[in-house]
Amino acid sequence: MSTVTDLVQWGLRGAPLPRRRALALRLGAVLAFLGLWSLASGLVVLLGLFNPIFLAGPWRVLGKVAALAVNGQLWGHVAATLERVAVGFATGAALALGLGLPAGHFRLVRNLLEPIVEILRPVPPLAMLPLFIVWVGIGETSKIAFITYATFFPMFLTTVHAVQHVDPLLLRAATSLGARRARLFFRVVLPAALPEILIGIRLGVALSFFVIVISEFIGAEEGLGYLINDGRNFFLVEQMLGAAIVLGFLGYGGNGLVVLLERRWLRWERPPTS
Amino acid sequence: MTMAGPGGAGGARVQIEGVHKAFGLDGRSTPALIDVSLEVQAAELLCLLGPSGCGKSTLLNIVAGFIPPTRGRVRVDGAPIAGPGPERGVVFQEYALFPWLTVAQNVEFGPRLMGVPAARRREVVARYLDMVGLSEHATKFPVQLSGGMKQRVAIARALANNPSIVLMDEPFGALDAQTREVMQEELSRIQRVEHKTIVFVTHSIREAVYLADRIVVMTSSPGRVKDVFTIKLPEARDRFAAEFTRYESEITRVVKEEVAKVRE
Amino acid sequence: MIRAAALAGALTAWALVAYGGRALGLVNPVLMPTPGEVVEVAGTLARDGSLAQHLAVSSLRIAEGFGLAAAAALGLGLLVAVYTPARLMLEPVIEFVRPIPPLAFLPMFLVWFGLGETSKVAFIAYTTFFPMFIGIAAGLGRVDVMLLRAAASLGASRRELLRRVALPAALPSIVVALRLGFGLAIFVIVGAEFMGADAGLGNLIMEGRVFFNPAQIVMGALLLGLLGSLVNGLLQAAERRVLRWRALG
Repeated sequence: MSTVTDLVQWGLRGAPLPRRRALALRLGAVLAFLGLWSLASGLVVLLGLFNPIFLAGPWRVLGKVAALAVNGQLWGHVAATLERVAVGFATGAALALGLGLPAGHFRLVRNLLEPIVEILRPVPPLAMLPLFIVWVGIGETSKIAFITYATFFPMFLTTVHAVQHVDPLLLRAATSLGARRARLFFRVVLPAALPEILIGIRLGVALSFFVIVISEFIGAEEGLGYLINDGRNFFLVEQMLGAAIVLGFLGYGGNGLVVLLERRWLRWERPPTS
Repeated sequence: MTMAGPGGAGGARVQIEGVHKAFGLDGRSTPALIDVSLEVQAAELLCLLGPSGCGKSTLLNIVAGFIPPTRGRVRVDGAPIAGPGPERGVVFQEYALFPWLTVAQNVEFGPRLMGVPAARRREVVARYLDMVGLSEHATKFPVQLSGGMKQRVAIARALANNPSIVLMDEPFGALDAQTREVMQEELSRIQRVEHKTIVFVTHSIREAVYLADRIVVMTSSPGRVKDVFTIKLPEARDRFAAEFTRYESEITRVVKEEVAKVRE
Repeated sequence: MIRAAALAGALTAWALVAYGGRALGLVNPVLMPTPGEVVEVAGTLARDGSLAQHLAVSSLRIAEGFGLAAAAALGLGLLVAVYTPARLMLEPVIEFVRPIPPLAFLPMFLVWFGLGETSKVAFIAYTTFFPMFIGIAAGLGRVDVMLLRAAASLGASRRELLRRVALPAALPSIVVALRLGFGLAIFVIVGAEFMGADAGLGNLIMEGRVFFNPAQIVMGALLLGLLGSLVNGLLQAAERRVLRWRALG
């Protein structure tokens, strides 16, 4: 634990550890996590604590994922989930940008849209899911529409905020250089707002994976959420955990895509050395 | 409460002996200070002067106990230092006021930690806020103050803890030129009353000549002691006096050699 | 003032679509409940006392789950902030678990903890823990070393540095993290109550779907929104009070 001397020298985070020691600690933690998990599931079997199907060890979970991948079942579910997320998110992003950019730029549009957003925003999106099912049925459309609805709000709000709060000094500089209307918007406002807009996009991607699961719990025949809920009905714990982990990887990949975009589009934000 | 150590008046308060400092991990370390030895006398205002990156702030941080020297040692009133302590008050360039405390609570922070009773604390706060001319702002928060006012609070906070040594790290470096001169005059006035032992880091020659009893000029990176000047000017100084200007130009010549070295 | 006007505007728009659409035969009355119907459902449920009961059940679950998670996030956040090896060990495990949408674990919790209260409370605690923990640890990690130096030079001990400097300095980020966690609790309680609950606002909403009563769904959703805004407003007021020193500048 850090002493006063460490605290004043390095701050609360303490002295940086040598790289090898840090790596060893990280690796050790992952191994310890897997080890404890295996040990716990093993003990349950050995000591007969409770029905071992409730706690499948990591290797059983991995084995299940591998088996589903080999017999091809997994890919259908992954494709179904990804398709819903992609279509739902893309529609949500298009709506959020299509409405958010003008709302940020023009006061009139903002005043028209804000009251509706204000009343719906505090309502947790999941509470609206049954309404979507009642409206458009239990099929694909309700799932996709629900993702669109859930992801729209954060992306819309960050877009409006980003456009609205572009540094006025930049606008002044650009207008004094002769930029007007469309040019001012596309050459100055949009690039200046982009970092924050991308933060909203990232939030939207995370949220679409967040909510797809539950709409797939409710009346779906395919998708990773279905796989999880199906596992619950038949007490297939490996299948539940396996599908959850696969979802985690998909979410990780989705986030990675946005990070790639950020790297490409926001090169100017980072110092050239790093 | 007083904290006068065994060194007492007249002796060396701070002894810096053969201090080396290198930064970075073992393989690729860069030296910042090489073999610095210095003594600071009681009731003396010593300026560490040098171009930026000469290690003067590093030296101050070592004396404050924030970072350990790679080699050598620092003694305060005869005892080797281990970490920071209340007998060495510090004033930072960035003020480092606690933003969630009012002006008065900031000044009271040290005495409160020392267990000074509430009634006595109130007296101390009143005295030092009066000394820096901020009595009317006692209930304000730091965000409500200008840079100069913040630094006055920081000085009052350091003095209210009654340290035997005050370490000041470019305290007026972030202030505009006018405020800076006013603050120098304030510090000089306070020092004529308090007679603290002060180590003052600056890169401004004028500031050093205006405030210091002695000026230690340091070489540019890595830092060593290049020259020491004793300033024999009256306590209340006139920036336009001929003597003042003579010191200024003499020291400027010495410092310029170092700045030129950095340019190459 | 503007917000009130905006809300009134949105309500008017809803009433226009619902009543007007119905009068002109453009909207299927079963699908688009009118404000009147929603109020009526609320009245019926309020009179027999079941509304208050659903509300109480949901609030208790949120309070317990969120409280547990907040306590754990504070404790572990502090540990991780002051003890580097703990941070290095927890980081990879959290990085692994975090991208998995918490709702994917909901059925797991039902299998493990049964259909009773425990599974819902544990699920809310699990979901809200990660963002709060990460926010609190990051806030503490960012505490300005200059403030620690200033306090240590005034005689602060290690304990005092943590209690009198690190905690107040990190308080703004801690409050933000708690608000985030609470928002998430309101978000996921609905999901938890969709799946095998016999009471709570989420259950009420699901019932509205099963019995094809959109007015009840809308009522439940609006009530949750109201609950969320109310608590968020309270937390913001508390924040303004505690963090008065920030707003004055």
